[in-house]
Amino acid sequence: MWELIRANRRKSLVLFFIMGMFLVLLGYLIGQAFKPQGGGITGVVIAIFVWFILNMISMFSGSKIMLTVSNAKEITPDVHPRLYNIVEEMRMAANLPKTPKVYIINTEAPNAFATGRTPDDAAIAVTAGLLAKLNRDELQGVVAHETSHILNRDIRFMTYAGIMLGTIVLISELYLRTLFFSSSARYRSDSKGGGQGQLIMMVLAIVMAILAPIAAQLLYFAISRKREYLADASAVRLTRYPEGLAAALEKISGSTQDIETANKVTAPMYIVNPLKKKGMKIADLTSTHPPISERIRILRSMAGGANFTSYQQAWSTVTGSPSHIIPRSGLADNESLGFRPPASGEDIEADMKQSRRDLGNLMMAVNQYTFIDCPCGVKLKVPPDYKSLQVECPRCGRIHKVSD
Amino acid sequence: MVPLVVLAIIIIVVFYIIGLYNGLIRLRNQVQNAWSQIDVQLKRRHDLIPNLIETVRGYMKHERETLESVTKARSDAMSAVSVADKAKAEGILGGALGQLRVAVEAYPDLKANQNFLGLQEELSSTENKISFSRQNYNDQVLFYNNKIQMFPSNIIAGMFNFVKSDFFQLEDKADKEVPKVNLESYTSGQK
Repeated sequence: MWELIRANRRKSLVLFFIMGMFLVLLGYLIGQAFKPQGGGITGVVIAIFVWFILNMISMFSGSKIMLTVSNAKEITPDVHPRLYNIVEEMRMAANLPKTPKVYIINTEAPNAFATGRTPDDAAIAVTAGLLAKLNRDELQGVVAHETSHILNRDIRFMTYAGIMLGTIVLISELYLRTLFFSSSARYRSDSKGGGQGQLIMMVLAIVMAILAPIAAQLLYFAISRKREYLADASAVRLTRYPEGLAAALEKISGSTQDIETANKVTAPMYIVNPLKKKGMKIADLTSTHPPISERIRILRSMAGGANFTSYQQAWSTVTGSPSHIIPRSGLADNESLGFRPPASGEDIEADMKQSRRDLGNLMMAVNQYTFIDCPCGVKLKVPPDYKSLQVECPRCGRIHKVSD
Repeated sequence: MVPLVVLAIIIIVVFYIIGLYNGLIRLRNQVQNAWSQIDVQLKRRHDLIPNLIETVRGYMKHERETLESVTKARSDAMSAVSVADKAKAEGILGGALGQLRVAVEAYPDLKANQNFLGLQEELSSTENKISFSRQNYNDQVLFYNNKIQMFPSNIIAGMFNFVKSDFFQLEDKADKEVPKVNLESYTSGQK
């Protein structure tokens, strides 16, 4: 596991370097286009400054932005003991220093994400729809995938990469816009000093402003996809049960609902792309996630146990590509890890029948409703803004005290 | 000039050795910590059983033997002192719980009882936690043993008497059906 993190870090540094080069070049060309004498350096300084500010913003708000934007609510163990237990189980398997905080998002679409810069301040958020649709093994698979993102330091990395990408996009956009609005004025003032050299610079800057965001985005997406595979492989290593995650992915992909609170920026964080474009096949290059069908097929063709080597082999068979999706060092120790049997089937069916009602109760618990069990069998659900101190049972007329 | 360089080299080497030594200590502590997590979960399982028996008793009129065997297995497991005895007792307890789970299938009322469902979830999660903490223990042992065997940390390990830990393995496939704890292999490494 640690070798994996180290290998990831090495690759991340290379990627940052390339993206950083894009940013510096972009800043330089734009600066030069504005002012041929020494403008390039100013451009670079401004670009780095913008990047720095965006980093600061993300540093101070941390994972809260993602959780607030997606309207996630933190839960305590008693709200959903099973989910909390599963998170705890995965923490033990992954040897994380602290149990991640658990959040629930009130939406029907099944999905999940993890956030937080370090394993110490990590959080896992799942949607209510996910809890309703998945059985225990499947939920465990999803939580394992998210735990792997925490363990492999994917979140921190994707945040940094996202900021770098954001800076490039922002600067390009700004430049193209200023150019568009002020073009007539600029040509007049440039006519005396600039000449041909500056025109070339300007063309280069425009080309760069158009190409850099696209190139950076492609890089970002490629890395994001690779990390998804890696998280799948790690999830299997943690749970020793590939079918759990495979079945979960199948159920998640079967849903056609979008998450209202997800957008282009937050999409790469989810286990499955939350924005589904109906009737349109998303081009592989611009997708943040690998095709789900492929991820499922890889998981189901893992023949050699739950280790990384087995995932790598399955990956090569399914995609037909000889390249390494898992860093070589992760394949070195050659451990033999068997699969475990599924949890008992009975339990699963009982789950599915109960789940609709549970989901309603769950959302009320998340929103701090008080529950009172009346002896006549009715469960009273008192909203948090209920003013009176007493409440009457609608069936038997008993009066209950509302405690707070 | 020369003495200074020699001094610098000596300081660097000393710090390097300290680093290696601390690294080994950290890994050994992680192995021990991983082991204590298994213990915590075993204890949690013992704590859950009286509640479970209490909830189940009202429903299961014809299963007195099963219930008694669970209670007995629990008290045996709790009173076991030596690690070998513990391993055996926990194994028997796991088996008894498995039987109880089979017996429950015949009582639909019980299966719908909220209290029971809650306990059931706690118990199966505890068993998962036992097996996941065992898994983690083995991971930590692997890191630790690798470090002890690999150059150059093996020299430090030899000097300060770091001993290899043993993996915690289940004996065969059938054991995995009913979570069973085998503490035997642990004894040899950790004394």
